[in-house]
Amino acid sequence: MITPPPVNWLSLLPGLILTVTGLLILFWDLWMKPEERRLLAWLGFIGFVAAGIVSVLLWGRNESAFNGMLALDAYALFFNVIFCVVGAMTILMSVHYLETVEIQPGEYYALLLFATVGMVVMAAATDLIVIFLGLETMSIAVYVLAGMWIRRLQSSEAALKYFLLGAFASGFFLYGIALLYGATGSVQLDKIATAATTGGVSSLFLVGIALLIVGFGFKVAAAPFHVWTPDVYEGAPTTVTAFMAVGVKAAAFAAFARVFLHTFGSLHAEWEGILWVLAVLTMTVGNITALVQRNIKRMLAYSSIAHAGYLLIAMVAGRDLGGAALLYYLVAYGVMTLGAFGVVLAVGRQGEPNEEVSDYIGLGLRYPVLGAAMTVFMLSLTGVPPLVGFTGKFYIFSAAVQAGYIWLAVLGVLNSVISAYYYIRVVVNMYMYEEGGKTIEALSARPALVTAILLAAVATVFMGVFPSASISLAKESFLPPG
Amino acid sequence: MDHVTFFALALPLIVVATMVVVHPSPVYSALFLVMTLFLLAVYFLFLDAHMVAALQIIVYAGAIMVLFLFVIMLLNLQTEPREQQRRGLRRAALIGGGILVLELFLLLRRLPTGDTPEQALPAGFGTVQALSERLFTDFLLPFEITSILLLVAMVGAVVLAKRQG
Amino acid sequence: MEQYVPVLIALILGGLIATAMVFASAILGPQKHAPVKEEPFECGNPPSGSAWGRFSVKFYLAAILFIIFDIEVVFLYPWAVVFRQLGLFGFIEMLVFVLILAVGLVYIIKKGALEPA
Repeated sequence: MITPPPVNWLSLLPGLILTVTGLLILFWDLWMKPEERRLLAWLGFIGFVAAGIVSVLLWGRNESAFNGMLALDAYALFFNVIFCVVGAMTILMSVHYLETVEIQPGEYYALLLFATVGMVVMAAATDLIVIFLGLETMSIAVYVLAGMWIRRLQSSEAALKYFLLGAFASGFFLYGIALLYGATGSVQLDKIATAATTGGVSSLFLVGIALLIVGFGFKVAAAPFHVWTPDVYEGAPTTVTAFMAVGVKAAAFAAFARVFLHTFGSLHAEWEGILWVLAVLTMTVGNITALVQRNIKRMLAYSSIAHAGYLLIAMVAGRDLGGAALLYYLVAYGVMTLGAFGVVLAVGRQGEPNEEVSDYIGLGLRYPVLGAAMTVFMLSLTGVPPLVGFTGKFYIFSAAVQAGYIWLAVLGVLNSVISAYYYIRVVVNMYMYEEGGKTIEALSARPALVTAILLAAVATVFMGVFPSASISLAKESFLPPG
Repeated sequence: MDHVTFFALALPLIVVATMVVVHPSPVYSALFLVMTLFLLAVYFLFLDAHMVAALQIIVYAGAIMVLFLFVIMLLNLQTEPREQQRRGLRRAALIGGGILVLELFLLLRRLPTGDTPEQALPAGFGTVQALSERLFTDFLLPFEITSILLLVAMVGAVVLAKRQG
Repeated sequence: MEQYVPVLIALILGGLIATAMVFASAILGPQKHAPVKEEPFECGNPPSGSAWGRFSVKFYLAAILFIIFDIEVVFLYPWAVVFRQLGLFGFIEMLVFVLILAVGLVYIIKKGALEPA
C-alpha cells in the first residue's frame, strides 16, 4: 500500500477558486442563451475577486506544500493579488469590447481564468517542473487568446508567431531544467540552491542557467528575445494585449526573480553580467524603436519592452532592495499600462480601432476626463513625479546605485529621458491641436471600461503620492535571499 | 547491454532510419519512421527505461505518427520523382551530416578509456511500477496541473480551428 | 527483460503468420495474370484518380484532439499499474484528473468539433 501524500489545501485555494470558476464558465456557456452571455463576465469577475480576497486573507502564512513544490508565502500571495487585479481589470475592459469584435465570450473568459491559474502556479512554484507547467498553462491560454479575434487576420498572425516562438523558448527553458537536473540531481529550488552553495558550479550548471535566462527573457520580452512583441501586441485583441503586457510579464518576472534572486542568489556574480547587458539592450532597443512608432499599440509594445529593461535593472541590483523595487515597479507598471490600454480601447469603436497616434489629436479637448486619464498614464510611464512611475523608477535606480551599479542607473535615467519624447507626443497630440481628430463612441455606454480606467488612474496617482504603504508591502513580500 | 544485442538492434535501426530519409514516397517514409520509433523503444527497454519505452510507442508511434500521416494526406504529397530532389539541399544535408559524424568521432576520442564497471541499479529501477509510485504521490501537484494544461489545449484547439457557424 | 519475451514472441508470430499467408496464397492459388486484374479495385469501375485522396483540413481538429486524449492515456497507464496499491486516494486523484478532461470532452462534443460536417 502506498501512503497518500499530504495535501495542503490552503496553498492551492487561490488557484483552485480560479480553476473552478473557469470550468463553470466553460460549462455554463454551453447551455446559455447568447444574450445572457454578459453574466459570464461577472462570474469571471467574481472568481478573480474571490481569489484575490482569499490571497489577502492568507497573508502572513509561510508554508511549503507538496513536498517542497509549492510555497504559500508572502511572495506568492503578493503576486496572486497582482494577477487577480489584472484579471478583474481585464474583464472590466472586455465586457463591452467583446461584443464589438465577435469573440466568443465563454471561451475567452474561461481561458483568461486558466491563464491566471498558470500565473498563480508560476509565482508559487518552488520546483522547476511546476514552474514549467504553470508557464505552459499560462502561455497556451494566452496564445489562443491572442488569436481569438478570428475575423482579423493580424490576430491569427499574432497567435501563430507567438506560439511558434513561444514553443521554441519553452524548449530552451526545458533544456535548461534538464541541464540543471543533470548538474544538481534535483529540480527543486531549495535543493538546487544547496547544491550551488556546497558543491560548486559546473559548466553544466552555468549552461543551464543561461538557457533559463533565454526562456524567461522571451516571456518578459527582453531584447534580444523581444522580436515577437510588437506584432503580437498589435495583432491581439486590445484587452488581451493589456493582459499580456501586464499579467504575463508579471508572472514571468515572478518566477524569474524567485529562481534567480533566491535560488541562484549565491551565484549572483555568475549571472549579473548577462543580465546587465540584457537590461541595457532591452531598455535601449525598446525606447529607441518606440520613437518611430505610429501605431499606439506598437508603441506601447515597445514601451513594455523598455519597462522590462528597467525591471531587469532591479534584478541585477538584486538583494532585498532590488527585489522589493522589482515587486513595487511591477505593480506600478501594471496599473499605468492597464490604464493606457484602457484608454486605447475607449478611443476605438466598432469597425474603427483608431490605433494611430494621430487619432489622438484634439482628444483631450473634447473628452476631458479621458484626456486627463491618458495624460496621467503617459506621464507616469515617462516617470514624472509625483506619479507611481516616478516612485517605481526611483526605487529601482536607487537600488542599483546602492548595489554599486552606477552606470546601469545612469543608462536607465538616460533611457527614461528618451522615452519622454514618445509618451509626451501623445499628450501633445491630445491638447495642442484641434482640427481633425476622431469622434468616439459614448463613454456612458461603457461604464465598466470607464471604471477600469478611473481605477487605474486613481491608483497611479495615489500610489505615487503615498508610496510608503505599497513599498513596505513589497519589501515584506520579498523574502531575503538565502 | 552487451555488444551482440547492441549491434543486433543498431544495424536495423540505422537501416530503417536511413529509409525514412531516402524513400521517395512520403507515406513509406512515415511507416519507416514508425519502425524506427519501435526499435528505439526497444533500446529504452534495454536501458531500463520502461516508461520511456511505453511513451515512445503510445505517444510517438501512436499519436504523433497519426498527425504526420494526416499532414501528408492533407498536403497530398505525391511520390517524389528522383530528378526533382533538389541538389543543393542534398549537398547541404551531406555537409551537415558530415560535420555531425566528425563531431561524434572527436567526442568518442575524449571518452574515458578503460572499462568502467556497470553500477548495480536498485531493484525495480526504471520500471513503470517505480515511476507510478512517485508520480501519483510526490508528483501529485504537477499531475493535476497537467489536466488543466490539457484542457486549455483542447479548448484552444477547438476555438482556433473550428469554424463558427 | 524477461517480461518482454511474450511481446517478442507475439511480434515474431504475427510477422510469421502474415508472411506465411502471402506466400501460401501465392503458392496455392491459381496464377492467371491479366492487365485488368492488376488494377486497383474500385467497385467494378475503371479506377479514377489516385488512391490517396486529399484529406480535408477539417479532420485536423480530430487529429489534434486525438493527441491530447492520447496524453491522457499516457497517465492512465502508469496509474493502472499501481491502482491497487494507491487505494482510494489514487482513485480520487485520477477522478479529478479525468473529470477536468471530461469537461473538455463535453465542451468538444457540444461544440460539434468531432462532427464530420
